[in-house]
Amino acid sequence: MSDPVLQVRDLSVRYGPVQAVRGVSLSAARGEVVGIVGESGCGKSTLASALIGLNPPSARATGQIAIEGRDLVAMTEAERRALRGDRVAMVFQDPMTAFNPVLTLGAQLVDFQHRAPLTKAEKRARAAAMLARVGLPDPELALTRYVHELSGGMRQRAAIAAALMMQPALLIADEPTTALDVTMEAQILHLLRELRRDHDGAIVIITHHLGVVGELCDRVYVMYAGQVVEEGTVDEIYHDPRHPYTAALISCDPAHIADRAEVLPTIPGRLPDLTDPPAGCAFAARCTLATQRCAEPPPRVVLSATHAALCHEVRP
Amino acid sequence: MSALYEVRGLRVDVPLGGGLLSAILPGGKKTLNILDGVDLTLHSGETLGVVGESGSGKTTLARAMLGLTPAAGTLQFQGRDLAASNLRRGTAMMFQDPVSSLSPRMRVGEQVVEPFTIHGIPAAERTSAAELLSRVGLPPEMAARYPHELSGGQARRVCVARALALNPALVIADEPTAGLDMSIQGEVLNLLSGLKRDRGIGFLVISHNLPVIRHAADRIAILYLGRLVETGLTADVFARPAHPYTASLIAAEPNPDPRKRRDDLAIKGEIPSLLRRPAGCAFHTRCPIAVPDCALRPPALRAIGPDRQVACHLAT
Repeated sequence: MSDPVLQVRDLSVRYGPVQAVRGVSLSAARGEVVGIVGESGCGKSTLASALIGLNPPSARATGQIAIEGRDLVAMTEAERRALRGDRVAMVFQDPMTAFNPVLTLGAQLVDFQHRAPLTKAEKRARAAAMLARVGLPDPELALTRYVHELSGGMRQRAAIAAALMMQPALLIADEPTTALDVTMEAQILHLLRELRRDHDGAIVIITHHLGVVGELCDRVYVMYAGQVVEEGTVDEIYHDPRHPYTAALISCDPAHIADRAEVLPTIPGRLPDLTDPPAGCAFAARCTLATQRCAEPPPRVVLSATHAALCHEVRP
Repeated sequence: MSALYEVRGLRVDVPLGGGLLSAILPGGKKTLNILDGVDLTLHSGETLGVVGESGSGKTTLARAMLGLTPAAGTLQFQGRDLAASNLRRGTAMMFQDPVSSLSPRMRVGEQVVEPFTIHGIPAAERTSAAELLSRVGLPPEMAARYPHELSGGQARRVCVARALALNPALVIADEPTAGLDMSIQGEVLNLLSGLKRDRGIGFLVISHNLPVIRHAADRIAILYLGRLVETGLTADVFARPAHPYTASLIAAEPNPDPRKRRDDLAIKGEIPSLLRRPAGCAFHTRCPIAVPDCALRPPALRAIGPDRQVACHLAT
């Protein structure tokens, strides 16, 4: 395997007393689609913002985020700015807020290429070609439009085009289909799958939707209470989940239950307080397999070359 | 079993912006048709799921059924026209966003008993806040909290408790699991199905989440651009969708199982604007099996089996 585009080592992010991300390590290689999945409060959005250096000033990050070998955490803000939109780009959940409402789409897509040594006409032509690539009908006309004139699905296509404008090595998509109807979601997933073929970088998808992971990702990291509790290929995670949280999460997905169920499974209990996370396993209080040992920090049990879980009860 | 709620030939039109131009131009008042020809029957102790993309008229249907939107056609609650029925006391609505449907300045305990004050229920016939909260599985201490102190799942339960205060015969739930994590959306659905069983409440559940509807609803009605395209028992419809739109919706749902990845695209294009409703069958512009006739004649809703109706020229 070639050098990974993204290599995160022991990353922690705190907001004051809240430990939102705790010791996360992950990687993404060229041509790979990596999913980060978890429920609200698990730290996945904080992690996503950290990957592009967009955490608010109150956040304190420690550890390493290497993008093409350069550490984002150690960089100055000016260096991070030079990287953003060029080597790293992001697609947000709400494409309406990702664009400037008072500039046309064309003006913005030209601006996004300010580092490219091209004339304005060339940039505009590239923008039109990219809009055509993501499936906007009549791209020349779309360049003259304002964002509010586009439908939700078209906006998300335009946002993906904007992110890909500079051919970034790392594309981060934070809940890219959550705001869309199921028919638009299917089309955006289809588009992302097509783009990965001619996109030469890594794609990281942050989502709570197991369906998005199943359709799109090669490998998955499952997050709980700020930690990665399990990682593996999509097949390993879906067909052989080893961490009790992963198994419980999959069994709760109504899409996973084939026959109609009068009573749906749930995970009783609540997330631990992240201002004072437990020293041992964060999931122990809600876990059916928990023993006294779980008060100790769980080991990272390696199950295969790609599969690992953070749990006392897992055996290789 | 007599019907709890009957809808026959429901039509909803809204006036289009009364701007200066439309006042000067001839042709009288312009209206936009939202719903037309909607027939539904809901029985006690049954959940009817209403499914469709955004802009299909789901929420307008709920509002019309509660008399919150002027509507034409026959609407009967417990066998009486809305004006003559005890609609307000006998029905309750659960809104899509639970936190914004609670007053931020009232304690939970005050809000859940407010329906008694509004309807002038004598003190002897009132249920205590603690009792209402315990029906939805919340501890009595919760009564002293304010909405901002609740989690999403708790706020949802408080809305259910308030909806149940007057012992309604019909509860309309607009996206009851929107914004909830997978591990707790089962809790809310289990609560609703328990209430249906134990109290014989009729539920109308509006959702675009097909996996949720598949488990929660006994019968479903699918709307496309304000027209019913298919109705039937949930299990039948999912097993053998008769309308091509229903089939594409089901196929568009992303599958969490990576071994069942689909590679084709089930549905293309977007739901057209209500202002530009296609002639003939409204779905013909996106339909994979449309024939020329579909653009000319609108299909009528017809029975194709016991408790099964479809509006498609080609369905059998």
